[in-house]
Amino acid sequence: MRLPCPICGERDRREFYYQGHATLLDRPAADADAGAWDDYVHNRDNPAGETRDLWHHEAGCGAWIVVTRNTVTHEVLGAVLAEKAKS
Amino acid sequence: MRVAGKGLNPNGAPVSFTFDGTSYTGREGDTLSAALLANGVRLMGRSFKYHRPRGVLTAGSEEPNALVTVGQGARQDPNIRATTQTLYDGLAARSQNAWPSLKYDAMAVNDLASPFLTAGFYYKTFMWPKAFWEKLYEPIIRHAAGLGALSGDAVEETYEKAFAFCDVLVIGAGPAGIMAALTAAQSGADVILVDEDTQMGGRLLAETAEIDGQSGPDWVAAQLGALAKMDNVRLMTRTTVTGAYDQGTFGALEQVSEQNAPLNTPRECFWRITAKRSILCAGALERPIAFPNNDRPGIMLASAVRAYLNRWGVAAGSAVTVFANNDDAHRTALDLIGAGVTVAAVIDSREDAQSLGDYPLFSGAQVIATKGRLGLKSITVQDARGTHEIETDCLAISGGWNPSVHLTCHMNGRPTWSDDILSFVPTDNSIPDMTVAGAARGNFSTLGCLEDGISVAKATVTSLDLKSPQIATPAAEDDPYSIQALWQVDGTGRKWLDFQNDVHVKDVKLAAQENFRSVEHMKRYTTQGMATDQGKNSNVVALAVLADATGRGIPETGTTTFRPPYVPVSIAAMGAGSQGHGFAPERHLTSHNASVDRNAPMVEVGLWYRASYFPKPSETTWLEACNREVNVVRNHVGVCDVSTLGKIDIQGADAAEFLDFVYCNTFSSLKENRVRYGLMLREDGHVMDDGTTARLGLNHYVMTTTTAAAGQIMKHLDWVRQALRPDLDVRFASVTEQWAQFAVAGPKSRELLNSILDEQIDNESWPFMACGDVGVAGVQGRLFRISFSGEHAYEIAVPARYGASLFGLLTTQAEAMEGGLYGLEALNVLRIEKGFITHAEIHGRVTAFDIGFDRMVSQKKDCIGNTMSRRGGLLDAEREQMIGLKPVENEHKLTAGAHLFVEGADAVSENDQGYVTSVCHSPTLGHDIGMGFLKDGPNRYGERVMLVDHVRNNHVLCEVCHPVFFDPEGGLARG
Amino acid sequence: MVNLIAKTPCAGLLPKTIGTVTVTEVNAGQMTLLAPHRGQKKAVSDALKSAVGVGFPAPNRCLGTAPRAMWCGQEQALLIGAACPELAGAACVDHSDAWAIVQIDGADAVAVLARLTPLDLRATEFKRGHTARTLIGHMTGGITRLGAHSFEVMVMRSMAGTLVHDLTQAAENMAARALQGR
Repeated sequence: MRLPCPICGERDRREFYYQGHATLLDRPAADADAGAWDDYVHNRDNPAGETRDLWHHEAGCGAWIVVTRNTVTHEVLGAVLAEKAKS
Repeated sequence: MRVAGKGLNPNGAPVSFTFDGTSYTGREGDTLSAALLANGVRLMGRSFKYHRPRGVLTAGSEEPNALVTVGQGARQDPNIRATTQTLYDGLAARSQNAWPSLKYDAMAVNDLASPFLTAGFYYKTFMWPKAFWEKLYEPIIRHAAGLGALSGDAVEETYEKAFAFCDVLVIGAGPAGIMAALTAAQSGADVILVDEDTQMGGRLLAETAEIDGQSGPDWVAAQLGALAKMDNVRLMTRTTVTGAYDQGTFGALEQVSEQNAPLNTPRECFWRITAKRSILCAGALERPIAFPNNDRPGIMLASAVRAYLNRWGVAAGSAVTVFANNDDAHRTALDLIGAGVTVAAVIDSREDAQSLGDYPLFSGAQVIATKGRLGLKSITVQDARGTHEIETDCLAISGGWNPSVHLTCHMNGRPTWSDDILSFVPTDNSIPDMTVAGAARGNFSTLGCLEDGISVAKATVTSLDLKSPQIATPAAEDDPYSIQALWQVDGTGRKWLDFQNDVHVKDVKLAAQENFRSVEHMKRYTTQGMATDQGKNSNVVALAVLADATGRGIPETGTTTFRPPYVPVSIAAMGAGSQGHGFAPERHLTSHNASVDRNAPMVEVGLWYRASYFPKPSETTWLEACNREVNVVRNHVGVCDVSTLGKIDIQGADAAEFLDFVYCNTFSSLKENRVRYGLMLREDGHVMDDGTTARLGLNHYVMTTTTAAAGQIMKHLDWVRQALRPDLDVRFASVTEQWAQFAVAGPKSRELLNSILDEQIDNESWPFMACGDVGVAGVQGRLFRISFSGEHAYEIAVPARYGASLFGLLTTQAEAMEGGLYGLEALNVLRIEKGFITHAEIHGRVTAFDIGFDRMVSQKKDCIGNTMSRRGGLLDAEREQMIGLKPVENEHKLTAGAHLFVEGADAVSENDQGYVTSVCHSPTLGHDIGMGFLKDGPNRYGERVMLVDHVRNNHVLCEVCHPVFFDPEGGLARG
Repeated sequence: MVNLIAKTPCAGLLPKTIGTVTVTEVNAGQMTLLAPHRGQKKAVSDALKSAVGVGFPAPNRCLGTAPRAMWCGQEQALLIGAACPELAGAACVDHSDAWAIVQIDGADAVAVLARLTPLDLRATEFKRGHTARTLIGHMTGGITRLGAHSFEVMVMRSMAGTLVHDLTQAAENMAARALQGR
């Protein structure tokens, strides 16, 4: 598996650490209700198809990136820096 | 039998080898199977289940029968295919799954019992009683069935792994692959051409077909010469592409050397090849026909008979018969006759078959029976005229050709049925950026392969924005492929399909009859195609039988899928380099050599190696050394290397705000040149890590993390800065490796430091929790007055190049004042006596509340984990909270991992009150002490609980107490 | 007054010549990790250029020879072989002792490294002056191309022994292959 690091270019999957869905980018306000925090910390969809994942280029440049890929075809559709992906 | 003058290496040097202890002579360039056939050996193995005598079926890596064991002890290699084993002087091969000998195999009794051993037999028979399965049935079955065995010794040979990259990967170097590689290379693309054989050329090495007027092998040699001269081409022989994976990544196994190579020579190399494009030119594999007793030694594929003859100069028999449903029959007969080998008969199932040479032809005929227990003696042929018994010692069979679609299935691709060739062909785009050329997609003529290789490669380089070169197609045969369906022949006796797993036609029919009609169910019910060859020769015929039995067509029946690896891959190759020192990086402290010189046992802490204790000659146990070291610290001064703690330099205008966000307590209020203890939470409110952070300047901090969590914390800080708080201007860098840092602890610690510092310190200039730059024997270092022992203590840091030197200096100075070194064991005792936590306590399930630090979670600010840490369930008094433990009887021993129960309660999980996380013997207090977690613990000090350790069978009545056992007011550290 | 004695990370381990490759320790001199603060990259690069002659490098690039500026991570570079000038716009962190650095030269240098790193080392892709953060065996580290058959490899200082072990093993494999004609 190869992932396109926006800084380093396409690299072997071994260089990356996998975190989970990009939901983690949208941190609720400190006083948001319990449901919002529950969703943020615990609840994830399990899509068949396109999904956005967080990866850390741990053995590379150190950037956190958001990778869009297809869980059915394994196609990797692109990646952006997490600091620029914030919605 | 060797045929004089035939083969690619007719004058090869003689090579001596043994098979089952008998000496034979082969020829340089032979495979083991070729050499055995040359010596008239047809019986090469016993089958998996019924112990049927078997000979070689093929001449390639798909071989199901001729599996042997080579070597002894740690160098024992089981299940080596004789068809791919290169012969060398002294090779000693043994047959498998036979006792006492290959000819008289006692377990062949299984074959007589075969009516009872049909598919599903085990499932139906060995169900009850349940306990018998593990103790009785399985051991017996395992003993009776099987292939070669491992020696049980650790591998001594060298294996390796490697990575390679290219623009175009061409898999298979037959006519299509060679033309594809030439075409791609001439466009300027980086090309890797791989082939599993020792020599490139594919079927061209085994056939008599000519290209451009040259013999196949000569033409191949000329093309390979041209490829070898090109800088952008890499040729890899003996390398099998084993799997196709995501984003153009391929696994490939290279056979580097034979079993007789020196131990330091890699045996195999597992390659990961990354290619922008790939062209699959894997050719096709011939399939047998299912007729009664079609598995006798001497019955082999027609393509193999031609390969042994044309490539190795070996006649597989002295009176050969051929049985086929396609033109291969005649090609085989002509090659044999041309070499002077007797062809006893050609049996062609097609009514209209015409003889192409001087051999007896039975057209519209079938082989209905065979004879010869340990080797073929005769066959019975049936045609319109009746039955004919023909004496023969070799029957060449061909049921047609199956394109090698395997790699195209590795990413869920399903091949498509072709009525033209009566087999499956690859479905387009099964693997992204892969195209298939030649026989692998059903182009069976030599010219068709050459043309296809060129045109596919042209399209491939065009897609890479390279210029497609002009290449002429060489002249070659373009015979049409003529085949008529023939899957099975009626008659008495078992008609074998999967030779390696002993599956025959009746098994498949039984599966259908018992409603295992789906091809996937049939596969699992019968084990068809589940052996190490994955049914390369047999799957299509088995599908045809299943289709027939269920009244469906083959396309509706579908096919099972092929998975990686294409050929068996040794675990040693996949794990290459990861044994011994290669298992994981070993992080050595600057004090490592000095510690080893003092006989300190080095223990792994994460990747680090730390001194456990420093034994004196008089000490016989670790505990003696540990107790002494604790006393040295408590009474004098001790020195310990603490460089393993993570150190992160943090700078920036928003550094303080950043720290306030990642720590649950506040760092913006910390004064410059001061240190503060900090606690980090995870976003779910549980404790992530702890440590001290020093403020070196207004916008400059140095954070320490626990040794174990250093990498995780760095990743976490990156995450918070980049993803959650990109608004903050802060930068950080790990400085763990830059600094060698030593704890100096004990009443005489300041005295020791003043003996090496360029400027003297006192309690006013360096109070508790002070920090700053100092000169250390002429080198600029850093000094932190912090304590993990409860003593008056410091940590002193210098650039790592001076670490070894400073460690030596500190040791000398400490020993001059009755002090000395202390290791991890003593460090642990010192911290337990003080109730300081480590990851034994903050193990991922505890909260700040649980360790009594809930007031550290600031209510005035947002921080990671703040909101979730306030969930009711995380603040419940009934939670297990941190406590200290001491035995009621001083001499009783505590054990970590034990659970806590109310005195008198059954020690079962329903009554569980908590557990023990850390224990030690405290030389300071004279008895064992422990830390643990107990329901409502802080309100139960003085209460007695029973410590129960089921694993070590330890029951100790304990008193619950405050976790700080020593100097609870903390005066010593401040003193 | 005693003086502290300096020791290099690979002391006692190198140099080594195995087959066609030679591995030597690199004494890089002073090294400073530079991380420009927000919006300061251009200013830092200019200041660096006027002070030591090399600017702040682009990702995956190494500028200059002595001194040189080697990219080493997102918005980070190492200034190697020069004292760090006053750079108000950047976090400057002494890294002189943080790394074990070796140079590997010889005909099989690429083949040796290809046994350890998943990086595409083809000369067309990874040219002189290119640098990359990647894996070397199980270690994270950096690889920089110095010439056609010459590379610099750096890992954390404490892993010097493992780096030498891994390179030695890979080089010995290549040497053993050569004896077998593979």
